[in-house]
Amino acid sequence: MQTKYMNSYLAGFLLGLLLVATIYITGRGLGASGAVKSITVETVNSVAPQHAKEAKFFKEYSETHEGSPLKSWLVFEVIGVLIGAFISGLVSDRLSFKLEHGPNIGSKVRILGAITGGLLFGFGAQLGRGCTSGAALSGMGVLSTGGILTMVAIFGGAYMFAYFFRKLWL
Amino acid sequence: MGPLVPDIISNDLNFIIALVIGVAFGAILEQAGFSTSKKLVGLFYGYDFTVLRVFFTAGVVAMFGTIMLDHWGYLDINLIYINPTFVGAAIVGGLIMGLGFVIGGFCPGTSVCAAAIGKIDAMYFVLGSALGILLFAEGYPLWEDFYKAYNFGAVRIFDTFGMSQSLFAFILTSIALLAFWGTSIIENKINKVSKPAIRFTPYYLGLTAVGIFIAISAFMFPPRQAGLLEKVEDVEFVSNYKIKSMELDEFAFRIMKKDKKMQIFDFRPYEEYKEFSLPNSISFSINNFFEKEPNRLLTLRKRTNVVIAKDEQTERKIAVIAKELGYNNIVILNGGIKGFRSDILNFNSDTIPKNKVEETTFKFREKAAVVIPEMIKNNKPVGKVVKKQKRVVGGC
Repeated sequence: MQTKYMNSYLAGFLLGLLLVATIYITGRGLGASGAVKSITVETVNSVAPQHAKEAKFFKEYSETHEGSPLKSWLVFEVIGVLIGAFISGLVSDRLSFKLEHGPNIGSKVRILGAITGGLLFGFGAQLGRGCTSGAALSGMGVLSTGGILTMVAIFGGAYMFAYFFRKLWL
Repeated sequence: MGPLVPDIISNDLNFIIALVIGVAFGAILEQAGFSTSKKLVGLFYGYDFTVLRVFFTAGVVAMFGTIMLDHWGYLDINLIYINPTFVGAAIVGGLIMGLGFVIGGFCPGTSVCAAAIGKIDAMYFVLGSALGILLFAEGYPLWEDFYKAYNFGAVRIFDTFGMSQSLFAFILTSIALLAFWGTSIIENKINKVSKPAIRFTPYYLGLTAVGIFIAISAFMFPPRQAGLLEKVEDVEFVSNYKIKSMELDEFAFRIMKKDKKMQIFDFRPYEEYKEFSLPNSISFSINNFFEKEPNRLLTLRKRTNVVIAKDEQTERKIAVIAKELGYNNIVILNGGIKGFRSDILNFNSDTIPKNKVEETTFKFREKAAVVIPEMIKNNKPVGKVVKKQKRVVGGC
């Protein structure tokens, strides 16, 4: 039997404390999309090293990041997220392979939606210099104008577009 | 003083810290219910506002926590990562992410979390986000200009609005509380629940009490810095404070000897320091006490730290602040710069000594009055403390 989710305010409170601890210890906030970026860059580096040397984006990346892209703070953090979420799922009995989708769509549409959504989110997170964790949440913690602006745009945008995609979920 | 990386915690250890923080992050997200897209998109269709509650609570707690650490002098806000503000990219990027959110049902952090417990749709989302990043990378020359345009730097929101940090924190908290209340009503309506939106159970009251306590401790007490500055205005308190002092002659002697064990901290305004500075003295300000790098100079071992200022009373005040902050190895100069100028630099050799001791002293002063001005003339001022440590690079 699956256990109930944690009270949202308590979870938020703990998440806030974790973010403060992260800022105090490391001077930076939490993140997620940066790790996917590191893995993407590393993949391109090994699959098409010549291209990685020439294309501007990868050149700029290697100029600002020392060493292997995989040796980055966020990669380690996201490995931790995988472990932490897995343990949490184990404890609360929520581990199972499952493809969740709305009642009016099939698996294929859901997969297509997930890939498209991911693609947009990945792209947007690069443009916006961070995702919901790195820009919106961490930005709010340190009261960064850019972070809060991104946050408003993410949630504002989602509400704006929600109506058009209601068939996917309701 | 925070951040603890890189001097207290090494960069390598930081990776282990990242892993531990990640474990906690993943566990909290999963426990909060962020591992299912149905719960996440509920936010946009009004049937489940969990995301808003978790997100807003976390943001407000983190905001107060950071303000509090800064307020009490435990965190050097100049060293932490403040997400830079590129207005165009932030808005358009955010809107694209919003679109991705309603189509994909996840955001990057939650998709990793959901993938970890076996959600297949989340795995596809992660794959998609890698493709999106690749797309951005490949087409980079096309949007590079826009990506780098409208740069306002690492500005903070209360400065943008031209209000105080406290006022902004108050407004944001009020918005959060209103949102919690309003969305609970909407949620109940859509799910046809008749329970009242806000219930005063001991649980909520407890959480609220902790929240209020944090908020109050971040604002109600004066910041450490302001508190200390106020304290040293109390003349009696300052004069009764036990502070070691150094005689002018010893000071002059150690300057002439080029004693490396003596560090001179010059607290006069920087303009005065530039015009006239003692050899090996460093220009320092009260603010430096509260910054991570400068104050390391004060904790070097086996050093005598001499605080100099225009007069002894000013030195005394500064020394009290330093001592209250826990820097014990502080000595003031008897008579201050004023005394040093009149008794050493411009020593009047016509003064007639009253006894043997004075005779030796005056002899020394005559010599010092020649040597030290020469040293001052040839001295290249050290200037202010160099802050090598840069802001941490963060972000995604």
